[in-house]
Amino acid sequence: MASSRPSDHVDSDDVVSPELGATGWLRWFWRQLTSMRTALILLLMLAAAAIPGSVYPQRSADPNGVTEFFRQNVDLAPVLDGMQFFDVYSSSWFSAIYILLFISLIGCVIPRSIVHAKAMMATPVDTPRNLSRMPAHAKFDGNTKTLANAEKLLRSARYRVIRRGDSISAERGYIRETGNLVFHVSLIGVLISVGVGGGMSYSGQRVLVEGETFVNNLASYDSFSPGVFFKESELTPFALTLDKFEAKFSLQPTDVGNPTDFRASVTSRVGATGQPVEGLIRVNEPLELPGSKIYLTGNGYAPVLTFRDRDGHVSFSGPVIYLPQDANYTSLGVIKLPDAKPEQFGVLSFFYPTRSELATGALTSSFPGPVAPSVTMSIYVGDLGLDNGVPSNVFSLSVHGLKQVAGGKKHPKVEIAAIGDTVTLPENLGTVTWDGLKRYASLDVDYNPGQVWVLLFALLALTGLTVSLLVPRRRVWVRKNSSGFEVAALAKGDDARLEQVVDGLVAQLSRKKK
Amino acid sequence: MQNVMLNPALAQLSLIFVYAAMAFYTLSFLLHVWHVAVATSEKKSVRSGSSGAQKTALFVMGFAALIHGAAVVMRGVAAHRVPWANMYEFSLSGSFLIVLIFLTALAVKEIRIIAGFVNGFALLVLGAATTLFYVQVKTLAPPLQSYWLVIHVTVAVLATAFFNIAATLSIAYLLKGWSWLQKSEVFGTSLIRRVLKAFPNEEKLERLSYRFNVVGFILWSFTLIAGAIWAERAWHRYWGWDTKEVWTFIIWTIYAGYLHANATRGWSGRRSAWLALVGFAAVIFNFTIVNLFFKGLHVYSGLK
Repeated sequence: MASSRPSDHVDSDDVVSPELGATGWLRWFWRQLTSMRTALILLLMLAAAAIPGSVYPQRSADPNGVTEFFRQNVDLAPVLDGMQFFDVYSSSWFSAIYILLFISLIGCVIPRSIVHAKAMMATPVDTPRNLSRMPAHAKFDGNTKTLANAEKLLRSARYRVIRRGDSISAERGYIRETGNLVFHVSLIGVLISVGVGGGMSYSGQRVLVEGETFVNNLASYDSFSPGVFFKESELTPFALTLDKFEAKFSLQPTDVGNPTDFRASVTSRVGATGQPVEGLIRVNEPLELPGSKIYLTGNGYAPVLTFRDRDGHVSFSGPVIYLPQDANYTSLGVIKLPDAKPEQFGVLSFFYPTRSELATGALTSSFPGPVAPSVTMSIYVGDLGLDNGVPSNVFSLSVHGLKQVAGGKKHPKVEIAAIGDTVTLPENLGTVTWDGLKRYASLDVDYNPGQVWVLLFALLALTGLTVSLLVPRRRVWVRKNSSGFEVAALAKGDDARLEQVVDGLVAQLSRKKK
Repeated sequence: MQNVMLNPALAQLSLIFVYAAMAFYTLSFLLHVWHVAVATSEKKSVRSGSSGAQKTALFVMGFAALIHGAAVVMRGVAAHRVPWANMYEFSLSGSFLIVLIFLTALAVKEIRIIAGFVNGFALLVLGAATTLFYVQVKTLAPPLQSYWLVIHVTVAVLATAFFNIAATLSIAYLLKGWSWLQKSEVFGTSLIRRVLKAFPNEEKLERLSYRFNVVGFILWSFTLIAGAIWAERAWHRYWGWDTKEVWTFIIWTIYAGYLHANATRGWSGRRSAWLALVGFAAVIFNFTIVNLFFKGLHVYSGLK
C-alpha cells in the first residue's frame, strides 16, 4: 500500500555519485538517517534490543535477581555484564538506537513541517488532465449550475475549494498531516520529560513500625535513589507517623488467606509548624504531600522483644522487623546483641502468625493473620563484627565463625509460644520476653516533576496519532468537458470511503439538476 | 473491596456455559469449514448452495457468542467485580470480545470469509483457558483494586481483538501471494488454492488488515498510557521496565514499524504483512509465555 506514504514526505534514496566531498557525504548520511526506511529499521532494532531486558534480571528493577544470577551463572554473568545485559535500558547500545531514532525523527519532522506549512497556505492543486486515471472516477450529466452546486457541496463538507475555469479542485483533511507531526513532536516531548524529570526526581524507601515517626531528610531513609540533578534542598520538610497498620485477609473457602486490603493510617505534619493531619495510605492510593507522594509498597510483622542478661540488664528492647518469606507471612528476623553479657550473640528468628506443624515436624504458617502467633530462635555466639566500623546489613547475619547454641536439630529449641511469655536462653545468655506484636509498613517516598509532562505529551501524541490515522486526506475534482461532467478523487494515505464520496457527489449533483 | 461474598456455585455454572459455548463454536467451526468446501466446489450447482451454509454457520456462531457472553457476566457476578483479573478470566472475556467485535464488523461484508478462523481462534483460547489457566473465583488483591483494571484491561483486550482479526487477514494475504503454493502440485495444495479463491483479492485483504491494525495500534497506545498511569499509583513509578511493560513497549514498537513499512517503498505488501504477524506473535507471547514464565510485577495469572 505505497499510497499510504504521506505524500508530502520526501523519501530519498538517491544514488551516490563517486565524487562526493565531505559535505556531500554528510548530506548523504543525513538523508539516509532521516529516511523512512532507516526509521523503520531503527524501530525494529529498538524492539529487538528491548528483549534481553525481559529475559535477564535488571539492576534497576530487580537487583536481587542480578545477584542471584551471578551466583548461579559464574562464567556467563560477567560476560553478559560486560555487554550491559543487566542494564539494558541504560546501556550504550540501547541508548544509541533510540538516540539515532530520535535524530532521524527530528530530521524527518522539520522538513515535513515546512512542506506542510506551505501546503496549508497554498490553494488546492490544479485539476489533472486525465481524471479517469484517478482511483475513483465517474461521469455524469449536469447543467450550468452543476459546478456552483459542486462547490457549495464540497465547501459544506469542509473541503478547501477553488474554482479554475471549468473545473473545481478541492482538498480536505490537512489535519491528518498536522496530527502526524504533532504525534512525532510529542514523542520528543515525552523523551525530554522522561530525561529531565528523571534527573530531578528522587525515590526513597523507609520501613515504619506502628508508632514510629519519620522525618523527611536523607538520614531517615533506609535506601535512597536520587536523580542526577537532585539537591537535598528538594526534600520538603515533613514528618509522618504510622499510627496503625491493618491488613485484611480473605476467609472464603476458595481463597483463604488472600489479602483483600492493606491500610496504613498515618499522621503527617508539613513544615516546622504544621498542624497534624490524619491520612490513609493504601495500595493504589498514595498520600500526597507537598513535593512528594508516599506509597505503600510492603508490610509485615514486628514482634516487640526484650533481651535481658542473667543479671537482668536489658541488652536489647524494641520492635524487630521480620521480613515475610511466603504468602502466609512466615517471616524472618535478625537481632544482633553486641552489648550482651557475657558474650555477644546474634539471633536468626522466625515468626509464624498462625503456627502449624508440617508432617516432617518443621514449623510453618498456615494463615497470614495472627491467629496463633509464635516466635522461634536460633542463637549464635561470638564476635558479630560490628565493632570494626564496617557497615553491615541489619537484615542478615553472617554465621561464619559463630558458634550455634540454640535452634536447629542439635541444639535446644527456643520458642516463645505466646505474647507476654518469657523464655530462658541456653548457655547462661539470660532471657527473652515477647512484649507485644506490631505491624510495619514499607513506604516509598517519590518525587518526579517530569511525570505530569510525560503524561501531557503522551496524551498529545495519542491525539495526534488518532487524527493522523483516522482522518482521511482527500482531493476531489469536478470538471465540465464537452460531453458532460467528470468527478474524480484521490486519497493521500488509506481512505475507505473514496469511492463512496465520488458516488455520493454524482448522486447529489445529478439530483440537483432535475 | 471489603467483605465481598464470592459465589463459587455461580462460577461453576459460568464454567458449564463456557463448555456449552465451546460446543456451539465447534459446531459453527464445522459449518464454516463446510461452507468453504461448498463455496469452492468445482460444480456450479453445489456452489450455489453455499450462502445458506454460511448463514447457518454465522447464526450458530452468534448463538455461541450469546452463551459465551452469559458465561462472562456470570463469572463477573460470581466474583463481584470485572471478570478479567487473572489469565483464565482474561482469556474468557478477551475471546468473547474478539468474537463480538468480529460479529459487529460483519457490516464490512468482505471479512465474512475469515469467520471460521476467528471462530477457531476463540475455541482455541477457551480450550486453553479451561484446561491450562482455570482458577476458582477469588477476591481481588489490593494492587488490582482500581478502576484502572476496567479501563486498562478492557482496552488491551480490544486492541488484541483488532490485532487478531488483522493478523488473520494478513495470513490469508500472504498465502494468496505465496508463489510456491500457487504453482505446487503437492497433494492438498489445489484445495488450499480453491479455498483462497473464496477470499477477497490481495489488495483488499491488505487494506482491511491495515485498517484493523491501525485501530489496534491506537488502542494499544492507549493501553500503554493507561498502564503507566495505573503503575504510577500502584507501583510508585509510571514506567520501570517490568517484563510486561517491556513487552508492551516491544509490541508497540513493532506495530509502529509496521505503519512505517506501509509507507516505505519496498516494504509495503508482503514485508509489512510479515511484520503484522510478528507483532501479533509478540502479543500472544506477551499473554502466554511472559505471564507464565517471566518474573515481574504483573503476576496475575493466579496460577502457582
